[in-house]
Amino acid sequence: MRLEARPQPSVAMSIASPVIAVAITVVLGTLLFALLGKDPVRGLMVFFYEPIRSGYALSELAVKATPLILCALGLAVCYRSNIWNIGAEGQLLLGAIAGGGVALLATTATGGWIVVAILAAGAVGGMAWAGITALLRDRFNANEILVSLMLVYVAEMFLSYLVYGPWKDPKGFNFPQTQMFPASTQVPLLVTGTRLHLGFLIALAAVAAVWIFMFRTMAGFQLLVGGLAPLAARYAGFSSRKALWTTLLLSGGVAGIAGALEAAGPLGQLTPHVSPGYGFTAIIVAFVGRLHPCGIVLAALLLSMFIIGGEFAQSRLGLPRSLTGVFQGLLLFSLLACDTLIHFRIIWARRLAWNR
Amino acid sequence: MPVEPSVISRLALRGIRKAYPAVVANDAVDLTVMPGEIHAVLGENGAGKSTLMKIIYGVVMPDAGEIRWNGNVVKVRSPHEARAMGIAMVFQHFSLFDTLTVAENVWLGLDRSLSLIEVSARIRAKAAEYGQDIDPLRPVHTLSVGGRQRVEIVRALLTDPRLLILDEPTSVLTPQAVEKLFVTLRQLAQTGCSILYISHKLDEIRALCHRCTVLRGGKLAGVVDPTVESTASLSRLMIGAEPHRIEHRTANQGPVALAVKTLSVARLDQFGVALDDINLHVHAGEVVGIAGVSGNGQQELLAILSGEDPRALPQAVQLFGSPIGNLGPRARRARGLYFVPEERLGRGAVPTLGLAHNMLLTRQDGGAVRAAGWIDLRRIREMADHVIARFNVKAGGHHAAARSLSGGNLQKFIVGREIDADPKVFIVAQPTWGVDVGAAAQIRNELLRLRDMGCALLIVSEELDELFEITDRLHVIAQGRLSPSMRTSKATTQQVGEWMSGLWSTEEPIHAA
Amino acid sequence: MEPIALLLAATLNAGTALAIAGLGLLINEKCGIVNLGAEGIMLIAAIAGFATVVHTDNDWVGFAAGMGAGALLALVFGWLVIWLNTNQYATGLALSMFGAGFSAFVGIRYVQEKLPAREQFAIPWLADIPLAGAALFKQHPMVYIAIALTFAMAWFLYRSRTGLVLRSIGESPESAHALGYRVRWIRLACVVAGGALCGLAGAYISVIYTPLWVEGMTAGKGWITLALTTFATWRPGRVLLGAYLFGGVTMLQFHLQGMGVQVASQLLTMLPYVATIVVLALISRNPTWIRVNMPASLGKPFYPGA
Repeated sequence: MRLEARPQPSVAMSIASPVIAVAITVVLGTLLFALLGKDPVRGLMVFFYEPIRSGYALSELAVKATPLILCALGLAVCYRSNIWNIGAEGQLLLGAIAGGGVALLATTATGGWIVVAILAAGAVGGMAWAGITALLRDRFNANEILVSLMLVYVAEMFLSYLVYGPWKDPKGFNFPQTQMFPASTQVPLLVTGTRLHLGFLIALAAVAAVWIFMFRTMAGFQLLVGGLAPLAARYAGFSSRKALWTTLLLSGGVAGIAGALEAAGPLGQLTPHVSPGYGFTAIIVAFVGRLHPCGIVLAALLLSMFIIGGEFAQSRLGLPRSLTGVFQGLLLFSLLACDTLIHFRIIWARRLAWNR
Repeated sequence: MPVEPSVISRLALRGIRKAYPAVVANDAVDLTVMPGEIHAVLGENGAGKSTLMKIIYGVVMPDAGEIRWNGNVVKVRSPHEARAMGIAMVFQHFSLFDTLTVAENVWLGLDRSLSLIEVSARIRAKAAEYGQDIDPLRPVHTLSVGGRQRVEIVRALLTDPRLLILDEPTSVLTPQAVEKLFVTLRQLAQTGCSILYISHKLDEIRALCHRCTVLRGGKLAGVVDPTVESTASLSRLMIGAEPHRIEHRTANQGPVALAVKTLSVARLDQFGVALDDINLHVHAGEVVGIAGVSGNGQQELLAILSGEDPRALPQAVQLFGSPIGNLGPRARRARGLYFVPEERLGRGAVPTLGLAHNMLLTRQDGGAVRAAGWIDLRRIREMADHVIARFNVKAGGHHAAARSLSGGNLQKFIVGREIDADPKVFIVAQPTWGVDVGAAAQIRNELLRLRDMGCALLIVSEELDELFEITDRLHVIAQGRLSPSMRTSKATTQQVGEWMSGLWSTEEPIHAA
Repeated sequence: MEPIALLLAATLNAGTALAIAGLGLLINEKCGIVNLGAEGIMLIAAIAGFATVVHTDNDWVGFAAGMGAGALLALVFGWLVIWLNTNQYATGLALSMFGAGFSAFVGIRYVQEKLPAREQFAIPWLADIPLAGAALFKQHPMVYIAIALTFAMAWFLYRSRTGLVLRSIGESPESAHALGYRVRWIRLACVVAGGALCGLAGAYISVIYTPLWVEGMTAGKGWITLALTTFATWRPGRVLLGAYLFGGVTMLQFHLQGMGVQVASQLLTMLPYVATIVVLALISRNPTWIRVNMPASLGKPFYPGA
């Protein structure tokens, strides 16, 4: 067996690849459940059926998909521009901190406008955090992968400093958490009786906006060219510095909004565990979604199933929640391997044709 | 021909075939090389010469065919095996490691387990034997292109080859250095070593080679004695048609369009070249050429002229008298200065994007981009269709990815894209490098037509023939300095060759144009 | 011991894990491949090593298990990036995520386990030197092995022919391929060797340095090591120095806390990460300097096509 470059990348494979990758992950997951002595059918049900089995379950799916969509959109813009921002988690946390900080200022009497202020603060927080990466890359040529990742750790420490320290709820029995935000700060719910909030619509609107930006505007085109062929971008006169700042600020901004939505939405307070790794999962979402806004929606729902499935696996099968991480890693591995077939095809050659 | 006491061929290929997904590179190719023979393989770009050499050297496995080495059927599975048999190759690209020293580079090419010190000694000895000067301890990136080639040749010779393959060896040399190389090769052939000489330069083949195998479109077009053929007959055999001729018309000069004044720029890193006091002007309706061996500052100068490198002082580059040295490429295009880079895929065009989107790289005019940066897809498709039709680009429509086009057609598209913008000043690097003969002739004609319409053209090329064919005046660039200009009609290969080595007298007013 | 000597001893101990992993990533990157999966490899190797020691009571078997786990993961990573031409960054990220998940998953049974106390190793006489003696010469043998490994690596890369071949592949895989070197296999060997060393470092952390197992216990050491190779401009000696520097910063936070410095512990914990960012920025500031030292093909795919 060997690989042979295709003359043109296969469009069919680029759509089929995530489907095949999910199938491979399911097979590997089944094997894993069997190895652990758990009923594989129940295991798969927990991951692939339970999260969609009722209206409420579906609403939870959308709640968890919201931050994934937002973060992944920003990351997709970055990756298409060949800017390797892997610190969406940190940018999301800073968004949550900034949004949460504004929410703590509100009282029960504050008007509904405070939600707008919270989201704006979240965006600014995320942009500022991503801006550090952009600044260090721009001014000091520092590798954005490592800087953005290091900043995740710093953000986590900063959040935990706040909730253990100055922002700790004095009446919270010494738990590391802020006081509950006043009701006025609650992001409006879409369906009563669920946790599904306005953020989901904001995320869908962002999907449309990013699609238009990337594929219909000159600014987006410049970013694409910068990612596909940096020398061509230079030749054309598209600024790589502008691309760096645009992509990082944009992805930081949406990740920050995602963080603020989490804080002022389902959580209603800040704790050290604002995010179960949404920013990292969003990297997988971006790739599984083909770095395309529409694909990202589907991928976010899928990965949201994985997160919920992990929670169910813990509560119903007694398996560690980290199973989600295992599956996420396996999915990305399988996807990358399958993506090879977009640019190459397999030649099954038993012998080299060497005619005598 | 020097003769060894045998009539068995050194190398004989029969019915070699190699197919790639998009193209059949070699089809039923035969080739016979005798001991001590200097054998040319002639063909234009894309004729399958390189693939054939890679098959002989074991880099590529053929789909079908037979290789005989000294009469015995062999399989060459890897370059290691080829070297063990006595085959050595001097590559056109990709074979030296810039940051390593000469000795380390040579060491990597030798299979025997010598120490680095022994290798250094052998390099000195072998270089002395052929009257060359090579310092084994120098890092390769400090050498000139010609110097690097000498390293390649010495590396090949140290394996005591019975067959030496040279792939387009003279494209990087001055005419004088070519003469020196030929002396070395003749001396080598005298010792009984066979030489396979791959080239598309007819004069050189006639001067050097004993026999010549001609390839066309991956197939054998003929085997001839180049010393009795004329350049025209070889050319017919190579391209299968009469060679194009370009009528040289005298230029109708206008005012100075592009001027470079006392331009000096430091090099960006140790691999680069500093530009030193460059003075240059191009009139409207005139074609000015810059000759030179690659790596002498052409890329640096072009980056300054196109605006990709914004480090020049504003007044150092002037367009119709106004300073533009600090403007970016887009601002320069807006003022009528357009540029075609040497690299087509990845710089002149984005490989994976369709031709319509590739229009947008340099063409945001003509309604392609509307208010608020909105891209008018219909308009860019129309523009691409127009260029495809006007310049006869063979492509699968405006959706076709740039990388799906052949080199010649992509170059026609890129050059056409810029010409379609009606440039006032047009700078082209290597206009026909790696382009088939038909497309090359078409591109040169388009350039001349543009000149006749009053555009100022600056052509940077390593192909002297091309510069002699289409330019009105010539400069030579060497080590980051630019020679005075001379009328092309009065220039000689001899003189340009000397200038390529940096040997011009700065006091002597050669020609005031 | 004196506070300074204590800090010195702790620095050597903490720097050792970084140095071993750094040398692994060095050989990885010298051949042109970036492995962002270092964090994941170290985590899985940490639990592999820890679990092995729990069951066998033998540190060296634990180290071997860590190395084996690291090599295995690197093998998968190498196959993907070298043969299937997957993006090196994305594949490394996948490995890091998988490693974090998988190690937490299998490690959950070992969270409460403790390793037996072990005899202290000391170099005779030298360890008795006052002040610095105990700090420098009463360390785990792995500390000295790491130093020896640094010298061995420097010799291998810059004095041996195999090392030259390896560097040439990192410089230009195309040229090396044209000369007939089996670029992909050599790269795979480098990746596997790098993974094994990262694995050794992971096992050292869980078996000797901490020694216990908690989820995500490497706390970004894999990522810091990736910054370390840039900091060292891809030189073995500087990797060792950088490892001790980062180790010192990591240890400094504990000592500052111990000395009763009035700063919240969370802010002190930020220290190594902030230090990494600052150092990375300072070192990378001169792009020419980086370009000259960086293996030219680093991170770029190579497919030996036509």
